[in-house]
Amino acid sequence: MKTRRIIAIAKRDLKRTAREPAALFMIFLFPIVFVIAFGGAFGGIGGSSSPTYGVGVVNLDNISTGVATGQQWSSLFVNSLSATKILNVQAYPDNETAQMDLAQGKIQAVMIIPSGFGASCSSFLASPGDASKWVNTTVLLYFDSGSLFATQAISPIFQQVLGTLLDGGQQTVAKPISLSTPSLVNVQKTSAFDYMAPGMFAFASIFMIMIVAQSFALDKENGLLKRIRMTPTSPSEFMMSQVLSNMVTAFIQAAIVFGLVYLMGFRPLVSSITIVLSFGLVLVFSLCNVGFGLITATIAKSSGAATGIAFLFLLPQLFLGTFVGASLSGAAQSASRFVPSFYVTDALTSLLLRGAPMTSPTILLDIAILVVSSVAILIVGILLFGRILRES
Amino acid sequence: MKVEAEKVMSPAGSPQVPDPEAMNQMLPLGERRAAIEIENLSKKFDVVAVDGLTLDVMEGELFGLLGPNGAGKTTLINMLCGLTKPTVGTAKVGGYDIIKEIDKVKDQIGVCPQETALFPYLSGRENLDLFGSLYLMPKDALKKRSQELLAGIGLLEDANRRVGKYSGGMKRRLSLICALVHEPEIAFLDEPTVAMDPQSRHAVWGFIRDLTKDGKTVILTTHYMEEAQELCDRVGIIDHGKLIALGTPAELIEKYSAKHLEDVFLQLTGRNIREEL
Repeated sequence: MKTRRIIAIAKRDLKRTAREPAALFMIFLFPIVFVIAFGGAFGGIGGSSSPTYGVGVVNLDNISTGVATGQQWSSLFVNSLSATKILNVQAYPDNETAQMDLAQGKIQAVMIIPSGFGASCSSFLASPGDASKWVNTTVLLYFDSGSLFATQAISPIFQQVLGTLLDGGQQTVAKPISLSTPSLVNVQKTSAFDYMAPGMFAFASIFMIMIVAQSFALDKENGLLKRIRMTPTSPSEFMMSQVLSNMVTAFIQAAIVFGLVYLMGFRPLVSSITIVLSFGLVLVFSLCNVGFGLITATIAKSSGAATGIAFLFLLPQLFLGTFVGASLSGAAQSASRFVPSFYVTDALTSLLLRGAPMTSPTILLDIAILVVSSVAILIVGILLFGRILRES
Repeated sequence: MKVEAEKVMSPAGSPQVPDPEAMNQMLPLGERRAAIEIENLSKKFDVVAVDGLTLDVMEGELFGLLGPNGAGKTTLINMLCGLTKPTVGTAKVGGYDIIKEIDKVKDQIGVCPQETALFPYLSGRENLDLFGSLYLMPKDALKKRSQELLAGIGLLEDANRRVGKYSGGMKRRLSLICALVHEPEIAFLDEPTVAMDPQSRHAVWGFIRDLTKDGKTVILTTHYMEEAQELCDRVGIIDHGKLIALGTPAELIEKYSAKHLEDVFLQLTGRNIREEL
């Protein structure tokens, strides 16, 4: 395998991307327009006007215990939630009334503070390192399943506030009070746009399926693949060049998206290593999109047909695997486990938004599934298109 | 008649051993080494495209491959270039077997395909650079060669324009020099002058003649009989995959008592219109 051939063909592809208006739009300009549009619509522009979400709080601790510290802890927790300015916290006397308002859409979530909440906080404060002395409690959460904001935003905010309350936000792994969402939020002020930002990396990259499919189908149509085959270039050199050029494109695309979402207020409070890892995940995901593009180009008889067929792979990835998926039905959310974009979005959300460590089991599982599925799809694409290449 | 390699004397008087390649080029066509040896070559798709074809093309020869649409010319070239595997038979190109040593064959040949397969978003010069790079040409040599070829084919002024903006004739000329950028010993030119104006066609003819002067072997397919008559040392007429006539244009004209090569062609292949599907 000769590096010079691989680089020569990869350079050709990058020049095509830069010089063809349609490819340039889909790869680079579309994500820019899209990020600005979504940023404007969901709070990325004008940070002070971020929306607030109604949360009903039933404080059983306040009612059932007469212990002064217990009342202070739960009140402090509720006040801290109100102070985020994102949540509009409303007190409810009982769960039944709160559930009624939730069912009617007046609020988007209900939180039940259990009777032992204050005791849990006190026990943690007294012996932060000795879990055997803690009083364990669970805060019950009810979300409006149809609300993107409730399902995506509220739980991490609770986690963040609770963490700050107990240990000043030091992200102590174990605590006596548990929520349904295990990860912690590291951002002080979170808008809906912040929850969408990780998904935007995947969203933009998915459109590579169409570009790859169109370019291969067009090269096939115009006899360019045949002409390359007439030279000493081997199929493996050709395929390697495609992978290389598309990974460069994906990297530039990710950098543009990252720069834009940053300019629009997304501030992931993570280390530079985490950001590098995030870019790495986007590059791995781009392999999957190249694979789908190759499969599409194999099936398509023309570049026009390739555009249509590309949507078969593109739409499920978009609607099930990126941030759009959070507002889908339970069945659709289950289906999202079958698209690779879900895993890259989930991993990026955990890394960049929830501040979860790279070694967390959720992220490791996401990365494992993403790598295996992307490489498998790429191999299938190369094998299928390689046959076309040999027959062209 | 074999011409013996003679020892010649240098001006200083010391004996010089003549270059065997140069000596080979000095021989009459029939006595040169074969650049392409085709033996009983066949290719069957749904129909038999090439049927038991046997032919030798000599080094430095400009050989015209003629035939109506669908006669099997392009299939034959595709087999010789390694794009299609023969069903039966063997062939050697530049001394290398087209099945067992196709990588070596590809290093020896340059192919100008029937369709103008160029990268429209690259400039003419960038197209040449790309093809030269695929043959791993040294960068300096590639730059020099590109400049020579662009000047030779009349594209120097437009070398930095994108090929998508070229006229049809310009694209054909560029396609031709892309096939020759790496100075192949054997060139397959599949209808290189199709849809060209007379000026461009004559420029290309001059270019092709220069190739054979440099000792290159050229296989030229064309539908223009006057082109074959004007350029080719020998022509072979193929129909239904079989070689039905072989000789110099003058020999064929004389043999079939025709005025032009086109008359010979029509006598042998008939006047029915053929369509290639």
